[in-house]
Amino acid sequence: MGKKRNMILGALLLLAAILAIVILEKQLPPTHIALMVLKKGCIYSLVAVSMNLLNGFTGLFSLGQAGFMLVGAYAYAVLTIPVEARGSVYMYFDGGIINFSVPMLVGLLASGLAALLFAWLIGLPVLRLKSDYLAIATLGFAEIIRAFFQWDKLGVITNGSNMLRKYPTFNSTLFPFIASAICIGIIVLMIHSSYGRAFRAIRDDEVAAEAMGINLAKHKRMSFCVSSFFAGIGGGLLAMYQGSIQAAAFKSAMTYEILLIVVIGGLGSVTGSCIASFLFIASSEWWLRFLDSEMTIGSFKVPFLRAGFRKVVFSVIIMLIVLFARKGIMGDHEFSIDGICRFFRNLGKKKEVKS
Amino acid sequence: MDFINKNLPYLLAGISVGGQYALIAIGYTMVYGILRLINFAHGDIFMVAALVTVYATTTMPLYVSIPLTLIVTVVLGLAVERVAYKPLRNAPRMSVMISAIGVSYLLQNLALYVTGGLAQTYPAIPFISDTIQIGSATTKMVTVVTPILTIILVFALMQLINHTKIGMGMRAAANDFETSRLMGIKVDNVISMTFLIGSLLAAIGSVLYFTNYASVVPTSGAMPGLKAFVAAVFGGIGSIPGAVIGAFIIGICENIIKGLGWTTFSDAFTFALLIVILIVKPTGLFGEGATDKV
Repeated sequence: MGKKRNMILGALLLLAAILAIVILEKQLPPTHIALMVLKKGCIYSLVAVSMNLLNGFTGLFSLGQAGFMLVGAYAYAVLTIPVEARGSVYMYFDGGIINFSVPMLVGLLASGLAALLFAWLIGLPVLRLKSDYLAIATLGFAEIIRAFFQWDKLGVITNGSNMLRKYPTFNSTLFPFIASAICIGIIVLMIHSSYGRAFRAIRDDEVAAEAMGINLAKHKRMSFCVSSFFAGIGGGLLAMYQGSIQAAAFKSAMTYEILLIVVIGGLGSVTGSCIASFLFIASSEWWLRFLDSEMTIGSFKVPFLRAGFRKVVFSVIIMLIVLFARKGIMGDHEFSIDGICRFFRNLGKKKEVKS
Repeated sequence: MDFINKNLPYLLAGISVGGQYALIAIGYTMVYGILRLINFAHGDIFMVAALVTVYATTTMPLYVSIPLTLIVTVVLGLAVERVAYKPLRNAPRMSVMISAIGVSYLLQNLALYVTGGLAQTYPAIPFISDTIQIGSATTKMVTVVTPILTIILVFALMQLINHTKIGMGMRAAANDFETSRLMGIKVDNVISMTFLIGSLLAAIGSVLYFTNYASVVPTSGAMPGLKAFVAAVFGGIGSIPGAVIGAFIIGICENIIKGLGWTTFSDAFTFALLIVILIVKPTGLFGEGATDKV
């Protein structure tokens, strides 16, 4: 009974979100910052949830997310640039060697598959490592991928270190929202399946999990590949959002940002990652903007305010969360209506005790 | 002989950059040895040291600004340890690592704010910026100074670790954190000392490193930092001679690869080496026995 009610409520919430986006798009000019934040927030939610699947649910501390996003973004861009535009994009490489282009959705799927292929290959050696050694090795592989895609011998495919552009992009905010929602939905289904339970068993205790008959290597590989698949799709969406991509942008700093989002949202909470992504993007791109411009109140000039101050304040906030609220926003709980109700009921109770 | 002649400039550059990596790698390896923490912020402390030199030399003479750089870097290293790592001493290792990543993010953003995003020109330091001629190659004095200075410093450090009380404390803490605490070693002081030495060497490394590179940007600490970490792993983490030898090998290989015209892959090589060493010999060249890395 309760489960059914929750599903209906969830569906209603989703519908309400879609409706809200449609109304916002009608009301605001298409370049309004709120729409940008929504689009980027959707994409980052997907990537953060995919990283959470690996770091929060399986306990594999991987820092290769930016590399897999790069693979996804490139796969999407390379496959979907229209044939007639190739000449101008691949200026230095005689139009490249790929003489076809695929529709948008196929390209997006291909971006996931390409990342999955890379993940499978990288996983063969890397998944034998543990904790911080896994982290540093995946970080290393992400850097290798970045160097590899900028290699000019591969320029006929990847355009070397030049930009890829002129591929189809989305106009509506609904597109990244629905695409991310479907992908996150699949990840949630996976987490609730027997595979997800196996992942959590591995996270909590590898030895015990193995004793229970869980094939460690198989499940670790599966988690790694699935996570990279969705990171690849996230990369493809990011390519669409930006309109042009360059391998040089996918630095390890990007992985760090996503990791911080996951930590702020709570390791092991899907909804936490989504909430944190929107908060992270909104505050870094929008809400803290005022810190970047000089301000005078009356004749008093507020000190410190100039370009870049926003980022400093922002990273101090992140440090405070990391140090003092180690569980993040949601801990390892999920957002639910019951949870909210319980929260308010408890709030009421506490007040009663006080009085 | 022909090969050496042709590649002499790259070989020299490799030895020089290897010495600079070695100075950073010692900080990583000592901190990892005691706290089992990859100090992701170490590369950024190295970058901040360079920025301090840049700003200090605009108003002060060199003989003031370089000691000032060393002091500021050491204070920063100690502050980072106190504020970001010490409160998490009993937390899971992952939390500390995330905290380290947070500090790295903060330092980079702080540097971005202070510099306004502009690349800062590193001052020319007399004597070590002078050009000299070695065989067929023209290079800066720093190329010769770096390996010598590195070896002197490492020797001094080894003396400190093997023949002083605090050094004994360090070895004990690296061996068994809990027991050494029970034996009355003030572990917090030992850790502070470790960060002090690591930051000091990173500051010296930054003076040598940026003399060759001429400009500092907020992200210029990230890559040398990662490479120095790889060097530490390669040499066997926790072992100081190992880190130094690993750093020289990485520096030389990287520059030879550049010399062969594969510049794109010079960074990738370092990480490929890391992955190979982790899989083939996870304890590194001089690593201490069994650990739980694989």
